[in-house]
Amino acid sequence: MTALLETVEVGKSFGSVIALNGVSTVVNAGEVTCVLGDNGAGKSTLIKILAGAHQHDTGEFLIEGRPVRLSSPREALDRGIATVFQDLAVVPLMSVWRNFFLGSEPRRGWGPFSWLDGRTARATTKKALAEMGIDLRNVEQPVGTLSGGERQCVAIARAVHFGAKVLILDEPTAALGVKQAGVVLRYVAQARDRGLGVVLITHNPHHAYPVGDRFLLLKRGRSLGCFDKADISLEELTRQMAGGAELEALEHELRGVQQ
Amino acid sequence: MALAVQGTDERVARVRLADRLVSRPELGSVLGALAVFVFFSVLTDQFLSPMGVANWLDDSSTLGIMAVAVALLMIGGEFDLSAGVMTASTALVTAILATQLGWNTWLALLVSLGFALGVGALNGWLVMRTGLPSFIVTLGTFLALQGLNLGITRLVTGTVQVSGMRDAAGYESAGYLFASTVDIGGTAFPISIVWWVLAAAVGSWVLMRTRFGNWIFAVGGAAPSARAVGVPVVRTKVFLFMTTAFAAWLVGSINILRFTTVQANQGIGLEFQFIIAAVIGGCLLTGGFGSAIGAAIGALIFGMARQGIVFAQWDSDWFQLFLGIMLLAAVLVNNAFRRRAERVRK
Repeated sequence: MTALLETVEVGKSFGSVIALNGVSTVVNAGEVTCVLGDNGAGKSTLIKILAGAHQHDTGEFLIEGRPVRLSSPREALDRGIATVFQDLAVVPLMSVWRNFFLGSEPRRGWGPFSWLDGRTARATTKKALAEMGIDLRNVEQPVGTLSGGERQCVAIARAVHFGAKVLILDEPTAALGVKQAGVVLRYVAQARDRGLGVVLITHNPHHAYPVGDRFLLLKRGRSLGCFDKADISLEELTRQMAGGAELEALEHELRGVQQ
Repeated sequence: MALAVQGTDERVARVRLADRLVSRPELGSVLGALAVFVFFSVLTDQFLSPMGVANWLDDSSTLGIMAVAVALLMIGGEFDLSAGVMTASTALVTAILATQLGWNTWLALLVSLGFALGVGALNGWLVMRTGLPSFIVTLGTFLALQGLNLGITRLVTGTVQVSGMRDAAGYESAGYLFASTVDIGGTAFPISIVWWVLAAAVGSWVLMRTRFGNWIFAVGGAAPSARAVGVPVVRTKVFLFMTTAFAAWLVGSINILRFTTVQANQGIGLEFQFIIAAVIGGCLLTGGFGSAIGAAIGALIFGMARQGIVFAQWDSDWFQLFLGIMLLAAVLVNNAFRRRAERVRK
């Protein structure tokens, strides 16, 4: 089976700043690839390359085995790569159904006189959300009235509905409470079970480990390795993420403060 | 519930009619218009006479055409300060071509339209290209156009006005479209009222019922999100600037064909009236929310108050006071309504 997405030693620099260097990973259908790293590790740069917002300078980026260079987010979308960014997933003042179909509105009528098929859009939105197990009272309500978790879920459901093959989630759980984060992770698992390849970006190994099949660890723009779930434990993942020995030293220090 | 249609959730029934109404952005302007209407109807005799009605509808109409276009632009998250002076620029282009160069009125109108769309596109392109606030960019075009209006008019005619439109070829037929009157019960209603209603209807249809309308809300509400899901943000905004310029051309054409004379300093200060009418109609200054119908009604409030004050034989100074209070009230009401609208889900 060819991987949906594959990066081979990709790198990206902005002027003299090397943001990403020699990162390799794969995203398979029906699997979750987690990208973990602290702030400034290069997570954002990597997903922006995958999402078409940036172009890589070195290495290779393959979609279904063919090397590509995406020119825009639109091109990524057309190739079935949907990205849900942390804070720019939705337009808060617009209703749920208008958000759901934004950029892919169903229309009736002819040419310049075609109009928005609101009835279909509302019904489809409700159905698509229900299929993902999201139960909203009213698809007319502004998305701004939803909780952070619900917003992420709407964005995920939207990507799934529009036939994304790869779903990239940028820190979907970062601003959420424990319960909300759990709900979002459940939808991540749902998307995976529907056969999508999921890229989950997070800095929380406790969120990544339960749903992830593969873990790419980034640090200062470099890869610390890409591990299958069988090859790494949650403890090891956490230790690697936090910088191992550094964290132990920090813990020691903090204990000193407490006393 | 009688209103319940297939597919709605039973919990939605809890959204009462009152709540549904306040989530409409134009409600404030409808209430305001009713209040002003009743107030002047009771206070003065002429206000409700056919002559009076024609008077305030006429006053509202050209303002209303602009307010609808400006409202769409504001919902799209941008301002156009050059819109007021554009109504004079387009009239001047038409008038100079027709009277000084002896062009046919229709041809002059066509070139003037091209000029307007060009300036609109330039506004949009500059704003999108530079990423500067449209407030500053269009302030620049506003001043530039103001200078051009005066400079070129003086250069061509030696005065600060262009007149003599009546003698231009094609004046009659073009005037029929833009500046005729419709006789209803012995009172002449100007055709601009029809254009105003048409603008409100088309504006509202585009906004609420088309894909482009969806894009307008999106680029004004959260442009990066819109871009991320594939909405052509630049194209949408440039088109909105061009729509405003088109409306300015329409109003300029109505004015020049009706009065046959245009002053080079006309239109200055009108841009704020357009914005105020749009805000009274429920547009948020921050974009992403508003109504085209509301803006048309905002213009109606304007016209009714301005003419009502004349009928009541008050000093017209009071109009500015009224305007200020109206604007503040509208902004406060808009904010309150928006918060309420977002809470309706309970």
